[in-house]
Amino acid sequence: MADTLRYRDDEPVDHPAVTVDAFLDQSNASAVRIEPGDDARALVPHLERLALVEVNFPAFGDGRGYSSARILREAGFEGELRAVGDVLVDQLAYMRRCGFDAFEPDEQFDMDDVKAAFERWPEVYQSAADSRTPIWTKRHA
Amino acid sequence: MYAYDQYDQAMVDARVEEFRDQARRRLEGKLTEDQFKPLRLMNGLYLQLHAYMLRVAIPYGTLNSLQMRALADIAEKYDRGYGHFTTRQNIQYNWIKLEDAADILADLAKVEMHAIQTSGNCIRNISSDHFAGATADEVVDPRPYAELLRQWSSFHPEFSYLPRKFKIAVIASEKDRAAMRLHDIGINIVQNDTGELGAAFYVGGGMGRTPMIAPCINAFVPLDHFVTYAEACLRVYNRYGRRDNKYKARIKILVHELGAEEYTRQVEEEFAQLLDQGIEPPLAELERIRTFFEDPPFDGDADAEIDRSDPDFAVWVDRNTVPHKQPGYVSAVISLKPVGGIPGDATAEQMRLMADLAKDYSFDECRVMHTQNIVLPHVRKADLHALWTALEDAGLGSPNLDTVEDIIACPGLDYCSLANARSIPVAQKISERFAANGKTGTLGELKLKISGCINACGHHHAGHIGILGVDRKGVENYQLLLGGSEAEDVSLAKITGPGFDENGIVDAVETVTSVYERERQDGERFVDTYRRIGMNPFKEALYG
Repeated sequence: MADTLRYRDDEPVDHPAVTVDAFLDQSNASAVRIEPGDDARALVPHLERLALVEVNFPAFGDGRGYSSARILREAGFEGELRAVGDVLVDQLAYMRRCGFDAFEPDEQFDMDDVKAAFERWPEVYQSAADSRTPIWTKRHA
Repeated sequence: MYAYDQYDQAMVDARVEEFRDQARRRLEGKLTEDQFKPLRLMNGLYLQLHAYMLRVAIPYGTLNSLQMRALADIAEKYDRGYGHFTTRQNIQYNWIKLEDAADILADLAKVEMHAIQTSGNCIRNISSDHFAGATADEVVDPRPYAELLRQWSSFHPEFSYLPRKFKIAVIASEKDRAAMRLHDIGINIVQNDTGELGAAFYVGGGMGRTPMIAPCINAFVPLDHFVTYAEACLRVYNRYGRRDNKYKARIKILVHELGAEEYTRQVEEEFAQLLDQGIEPPLAELERIRTFFEDPPFDGDADAEIDRSDPDFAVWVDRNTVPHKQPGYVSAVISLKPVGGIPGDATAEQMRLMADLAKDYSFDECRVMHTQNIVLPHVRKADLHALWTALEDAGLGSPNLDTVEDIIACPGLDYCSLANARSIPVAQKISERFAANGKTGTLGELKLKISGCINACGHHHAGHIGILGVDRKGVENYQLLLGGSEAEDVSLAKITGPGFDENGIVDAVETVTSVYERERQDGERFVDTYRRIGMNPFKEALYG
């Protein structure tokens, strides 16, 4: 496993994430891991207790985790949202837009590629979970 | 037509550089082929049987002459001097080298074009009515809505790793010229009783191995909720579409398995969650886009009469021109279906000629039709003879729009690694047969569509006559289907019975047309007669 990239200033959670089922089953954990088939909305009533949500990508082509991330941010989650697993550098920009602010890839990124990925897009066309202003809003500002 | 501003241009330019970097990392071995594949697919680069194919997006099928010329240049510079116009109003090149791909994308970007999201499990190029802005039967021009969806869906951060590809078509007429209900989402822009515009959403249509006609899930989405509603439709699909089996991964399977009512309920629930998320573009953006699609400066005194003294010209006028909303004008269809030719192919020279003709006679605009022809949307009747003469000289004057010669065919086993059988030679033989027996004209509207495998890229389910190529014990075999339609009378064709060999299928097509000639009543098209008399008379003629 490679290093975790974090784009936040607070201290990382120091204990392992539990499954959604374990968390909902009266756990005191403040870190939970979502698998692709889990319903992220099940966590919404408990967001205040959560400091870290890991979203697992067992295979990079399974895009359910992008929706999970946005749903949590739309519901007001402000803790760490970490993409874990088969996460590729060419996916970072979109993941960031969906609300991820930490990445724990199976394979270490080349940091030059990471920098290029985040600097790639001068603008964005649509709203997402980040604070970027879409082109269509700028056009009519 | 739509023109990029600095924002659109910056995004397309950034995409070219991104792909250049990805291709470099692939060649350096930093990306595996498995990792690179979705990235190249989302830039239109698809590996076929013999080489890479590059599919270039033509948003809602609309092109100007500069763009058509650029397509011709690419055909010559990077391919074998021709291109193939597709059933989703795009163009594809069949002999592309990976090393050239980034340069081609850069050439495209110079004329406000790209290959973004023309393949892969993402939202594909948006298609529309090829007579938009020219036909009298539309409520409004549907292309501004398609353009709004183009922007929304481009580089969409949440929906770029969907369970499967996702195709959207937008129309704004009771007449469906875009196979709207055979798309993942079909949108019809409609007007309600108070004159307000809204969008009817049809979700879960498609062809492929499990053809489905999309049910209407919401008959009137107000325009200030348009994008948010599309987002909700996609989110439910991204979360719950099947990922265990790629053959069951399209949204049609989700809608079918849940039932349209339950899918709709989930969409409405998601929509309610999304409403306060600020997803919807400002309505001023739709107004801005609309200004690009205003009527060209029509000649108000254009002559309504056509000199029909040249009989060959008169036949072409009757078959290949379509009424226009503006008096004195027509839409003129350039057939890419010469007898014995490859449906949808055009050489670089032909593309340049079509560019010139669009510039001279159609306000610098042409359109790709989903039937793999080209339309000059706004032609003065007075210019038709000059136009036809130029087309005839270039082998583009075939008078066969919507006839049995106007065949849709997939690339088939000549190009495609998925195909079980060749499609192109069958199309060639059928058009030759009917040109020879002289029946093309008398059979009237007859939509014939050929696919070389069950993935149905040649739309055989939607043909008045459909042909499906299969592999039977190592031999190409062709099944015959009857009674499909992709238009407003949408229906799925049914198989007649046992299949035929390559020559047998050509005979079989002729046989069923003979049944039609014998049985037809006044004004009936082939498909009308089939619907009235049913399959049996055709079966009897075919199988005795």
